[in-house]
Amino acid sequence: MLSENWQNVVFLVASVLFLYGLKGLTHPRKAVRGNLMSSVAMLLAILAVLLGKNPVAEGGGPVIDSSHWWVVLVALLVGSVVGSVLALKIQMTAMPQMVGLLNGFGGLASMLVAAAEMFDKADGIQRGIDVGYLSHADILPFTTATMLAGLIGAVTFTGSLVAFGKLQGIVKDSWSRIPARQFITIGLLAASVVFAVLGMFIPWNTFYWILCVFSLALGVMLVLPIGGADMPVVIALLNSYSGLAACATGFVIENTVLIIAGSLVGASGIILTQIMCKAMNRSLTNVLFGGLGTGTPVAGPSADEVYGGKIKATSAEEIAMLFDGAQRVVFVPGYGMAVAQCQHAVRDLGKMLEEKGIEVEYAIHPVAGRMPGHMNVLLAEADVPYDKLKEMDEINPTFPQTDVAIVIGANDVVNPVARTDPKSPIAGMPILDVDKARTVVMIKRSLSPGFAGIPNPLFAADNCLMYFADGKKAILDIVAAVKQG
Amino acid sequence: MMMLLLVVFVLAMFLGSEIITKVPPTLHTPLMSGSNAISGITVVGALVAAGAGNQWFATTLGFLAVMFAMINVVGGYLVTHRMLGMFRKKD
Repeated sequence: MLSENWQNVVFLVASVLFLYGLKGLTHPRKAVRGNLMSSVAMLLAILAVLLGKNPVAEGGGPVIDSSHWWVVLVALLVGSVVGSVLALKIQMTAMPQMVGLLNGFGGLASMLVAAAEMFDKADGIQRGIDVGYLSHADILPFTTATMLAGLIGAVTFTGSLVAFGKLQGIVKDSWSRIPARQFITIGLLAASVVFAVLGMFIPWNTFYWILCVFSLALGVMLVLPIGGADMPVVIALLNSYSGLAACATGFVIENTVLIIAGSLVGASGIILTQIMCKAMNRSLTNVLFGGLGTGTPVAGPSADEVYGGKIKATSAEEIAMLFDGAQRVVFVPGYGMAVAQCQHAVRDLGKMLEEKGIEVEYAIHPVAGRMPGHMNVLLAEADVPYDKLKEMDEINPTFPQTDVAIVIGANDVVNPVARTDPKSPIAGMPILDVDKARTVVMIKRSLSPGFAGIPNPLFAADNCLMYFADGKKAILDIVAAVKQG
Repeated sequence: MMMLLLVVFVLAMFLGSEIITKVPPTLHTPLMSGSNAISGITVVGALVAAGAGNQWFATTLGFLAVMFAMINVVGGYLVTHRMLGMFRKKD
């Protein structure tokens, strides 16, 4: 059995390994090892608890009571099996949903731990206060952390479930049109805060559970109105919350490894959230409460004014001819590539072009897809080397030297209006300058607007050809046409 | 004790921010799923709640917490491993 000191040594080692693990993720070559280190850290932390002495119990019994081993082992086993099945079965295109769901489970676990601690201690604290054994100074930090863990954990849980539902297509955007939605949300927030404060000063279980009910509802209301293209921000933010919930739980049970690991995740989520917001030139408040894409009519030129008679539709054969004599081709993937699951077909086309001696690169906008790095994972799955995927700032100066830019299922992130019209809802958003390429091919099913709900003048530009088709069919047809030509 | 824990919290936040700003955009999805797995560290608290021989209600809460935290941990690490295995350099 590990004494408390040894237990803390193991926790310290685990904390360092978590840090090293995250550091490994700064380079694709070291990342696999980093992830393994991080998982070893988790294993060490779990073993230290399983084999440790209980620092709280009088007489220093084991943490795990002999009569409860079966409970612990069954829970560990069931969780591991379910987790493995999820991780091995999930398709790469469904990764945003997967991450969302796992976030939620983390939040729920933190909420439950805080609940168990509250249940375990509340009576004792009450009695302690009554007999003057405990002063408030000892209790307040515990109750504060417990209430925070409950609030954050509950919001993370239901928020993630709604995000999962939206990404999976179960929850429809139209569901968010609830009358007085903003008032309900603010009301729920206020109620959560009130009961959190009540619970801090009067440690009753009931207050904790009421807090949880309000916070669970709050999580739903916060994420429900957020539309598809804003999902990268939400997923990153919920990621941060799940870390902060673990962190709060660390304060509840006074355990440093929880605090360190939790705050690493919290920091990571916050930074990703910032990156995503910056890539859309919007503030976090605007993303969470702004209502872009929630059905409010947008001022500006109508689609007919922008497109009227200027759209040029093209065919696979014509596109294949564009490649003759081309020196540089850039693919610009968007969420449409994930929906059509055509990353493998794109890779095939890219390889064929390279065999013809054409330089091929991929331009990745930070908010392309439904989570940070979504496109990179899909193209990596299709065996596209990661050094061909270029970030926006790196690839933008090269568009004037690009012969053909092929945009697959992206719209707002290539809309030049962001540069030209200061009144547009996407004004100032950094975009990929595909319009500067010699020829732009837009693969899209129709002229329907993107998430921002505005027409894209690029479609009507002289150098733009529209190929109306499903992404996968379009790319396969182009591959066939290139083979013939 | 609480003050000490707060110090740990603030320092860890800074350290985390320093490391994570250096993660390239290509690895942002694995970063999310990997850090997601780390947030399952709450399993440490869950194990105590499930195994400490508390009353049945607290034990039940602990049991559920361990289960969900483990889905988070195992699912997160495995899916990250799967993803990272796909990132290759040009040969």
